[in-house]
Amino acid sequence: MPQNEYIERHRKLYGRRLDYEERKRKREAREPHKRAERARTLRGLKAKIFNRERRNEKIQMKKKIKSHMEKKVKEKSSNVSEGALPVYLLDRDIKKDAKVLSNMIKQKRKEKVGKWDVPIPKVKTQSESEVFKVMRTGKSKRKSWKRMVTKVTFVGENFTRKPPKFERFIRPMALRFKKAHVTHPELKATFCLPIIGVKKNPSSPMYTSLELGLVTQSGKVVWGKYAQVTNNPENDGCINAVLLV
Amino acid sequence: MSKRKFKEENDSKQNTENSSSVKRILSRLKSDKGDVLPGGLLDLPINITVDKLQEICNALLQNEEPIPFAFYVNDIEITDSLENNIKENFSISEDVVEIIYQPQAIFKVKAVTRCTGSLEGHKEAVISVAFSPAGTCLASGSGDTSVRFWDIYTQTPQYTCKGHKHWVLCISWSPCGAKLASACKNGTILLWNPKTGEQIGKAMLGHKMWVTSLCWEPYHKNPECQYLVSASKDNDLRIWDTVRSQTVRILSGHTRSVTCVKWGGRGLIYSASQDRTIKVWRADDGILCRTLEGHAHWVNTLALNVDYVFRTGPFNLGKDQETIENRVEYAKKRYESVGEEILVSGSDDFTLFLWKPEKEKKFIARMTGHQQLINDVKFSPDGRVIASASFDKSIKLWESSTGKYITSLRGHVQAVYSISWSADSRLLVSSSADSTLKLWSLKTKKLCEDLPGHADEIYAVDWSPDGLRVASGGKDKILRLWQN
Repeated sequence: MPQNEYIERHRKLYGRRLDYEERKRKREAREPHKRAERARTLRGLKAKIFNRERRNEKIQMKKKIKSHMEKKVKEKSSNVSEGALPVYLLDRDIKKDAKVLSNMIKQKRKEKVGKWDVPIPKVKTQSESEVFKVMRTGKSKRKSWKRMVTKVTFVGENFTRKPPKFERFIRPMALRFKKAHVTHPELKATFCLPIIGVKKNPSSPMYTSLELGLVTQSGKVVWGKYAQVTNNPENDGCINAVLLV
Repeated sequence: MSKRKFKEENDSKQNTENSSSVKRILSRLKSDKGDVLPGGLLDLPINITVDKLQEICNALLQNEEPIPFAFYVNDIEITDSLENNIKENFSISEDVVEIIYQPQAIFKVKAVTRCTGSLEGHKEAVISVAFSPAGTCLASGSGDTSVRFWDIYTQTPQYTCKGHKHWVLCISWSPCGAKLASACKNGTILLWNPKTGEQIGKAMLGHKMWVTSLCWEPYHKNPECQYLVSASKDNDLRIWDTVRSQTVRILSGHTRSVTCVKWGGRGLIYSASQDRTIKVWRADDGILCRTLEGHAHWVNTLALNVDYVFRTGPFNLGKDQETIENRVEYAKKRYESVGEEILVSGSDDFTLFLWKPEKEKKFIARMTGHQQLINDVKFSPDGRVIASASFDKSIKLWESSTGKYITSLRGHVQAVYSISWSADSRLLVSSSADSTLKLWSLKTKKLCEDLPGHADEIYAVDWSPDGLRVASGGKDKILRLWQN
């Protein structure tokens, strides 16, 4: 085992070889050739490992190049925001663009008769067998009046369970949600907001289109709005929704 | 024709025309300023019509070219004959009826009725629109950071002026019509040449926040159009020397954003601010003359009764431009014929105040009635009527001398953003958030024409000083021209 940093010491005392830089440059210049040689000759598992590493390297390289390119582009492009307003409206907090959008939606709602038109039009009807799993109870598992909810559920703050013996619906803890990620479609911003309640969608029989009432982040009920769920929360572990403005 | 001779002739003519059964009435013609007409007492038949009254009035005033007049008895306009305006308890044989006459504009502006052109080109909302003082050029400022000049005769884009880095918030033509100043949200002010579409001089930097309003020095003060005043969100006003592109003077004193600025004809600058005050500054040395207090909330807008005179300055519209020899004298004469400057201010506290800012800091009148904030207020070109546009969807008309309420013009279904008068003060056009322009007639005090066409809120509207065109621009990025 080497004792102390004797190589560094030697280097400090006597310096490097005179042709060190030259040799280094040449070695680096020859590196791609060596790599190519390796890539050509390797077989089997070693080739696999080598190629995987090489692939990752290339991905990283490309990402880096892309980010550099983006940086350059950003310098050129101006940062003028959209939605220009005249002077007299600048100091008045006008809900930006949301109005036009809401107008559009209102218009659409007028056009179509359905009151419950939502951004994602097709809502799959879910049968009871899909939503509930039958739990067999009793000493000999003969009774089957208990159900376990297999979809995401919302339980309010003041919800109290019945005694387990009489509880018909089991709502698993993992599937209980109190917050949802809500995207404002026009502002293109997403907020994590607490859910106030769930609304049924009357056009499809059960538990399909969740509409959520929301509260601002401070917890104060400033405005309650509806949102439509866009994902499958039971698979994803979170609720993503789009705000109905 | 001598007065007496005319009167005799007039009397004899009417005597022959009307049978003796028609009642006659003693009347005195007075101008709206209170001067009694030289004819003295007139013995008129009670069923005399407006046309006849006009003839008499013109003859007595010895006008070479007849001028149209409007006649009022007890502040009510005579519409067909005098008979209808005489009250029942008025004893015809004894009393003298006072008829007040007001000269009207000689020319008539025809109401615009249709959209003749939609000028596309802006990539963002059009925020400001302005015709040049002579009415020959049109400029617009937009959220896409460009100022555009348009050829109104072919209705095509003429020049696109790029130079700003942010939304172009306000534009203002110099009174000589040879320059256009534009200001953006970064606080930069640029000057443009409408003939070539190129920038004049350097950018005028200095404001730390956006510029809310621009105003040039009136033409009769300086025919070179050298000085410009700008109001900004950063609480300051700056007077700029546009030749050297430098700040001459900073007028600071407001404690909140300055919303509007006007340059008066006697070297005073009036500025309205969100700190609830209107300040009067002397332009020469930047001294604060007086502070007009009274509003309870932001002051949004100001208007002077001489605004139209300043705007058109040395240009005589409808007549040959070349005939005016001394333009400065002409502009000065026009300004002085108006008399004292009257300032009206509209505010967030839903009221308007009428001031005589040159003399006193006390207001003349407080005009209440709006139910929402007042966004725009304009004097009619003849200075007799004030129109105020409010977010309560209505436009209200007021008498400018007393501040007396005349009427409300209702019809918009959303906030009214801005208004513009026709040059003859007979028509008014308003732009609203409900995406329509509406044309109002002053004679009937009713909606004259509904002009739909825009797809979204209309932010700016301007009636060209020659009265032929109306231009409007808004959130739908399209500039529209309207003609009759």
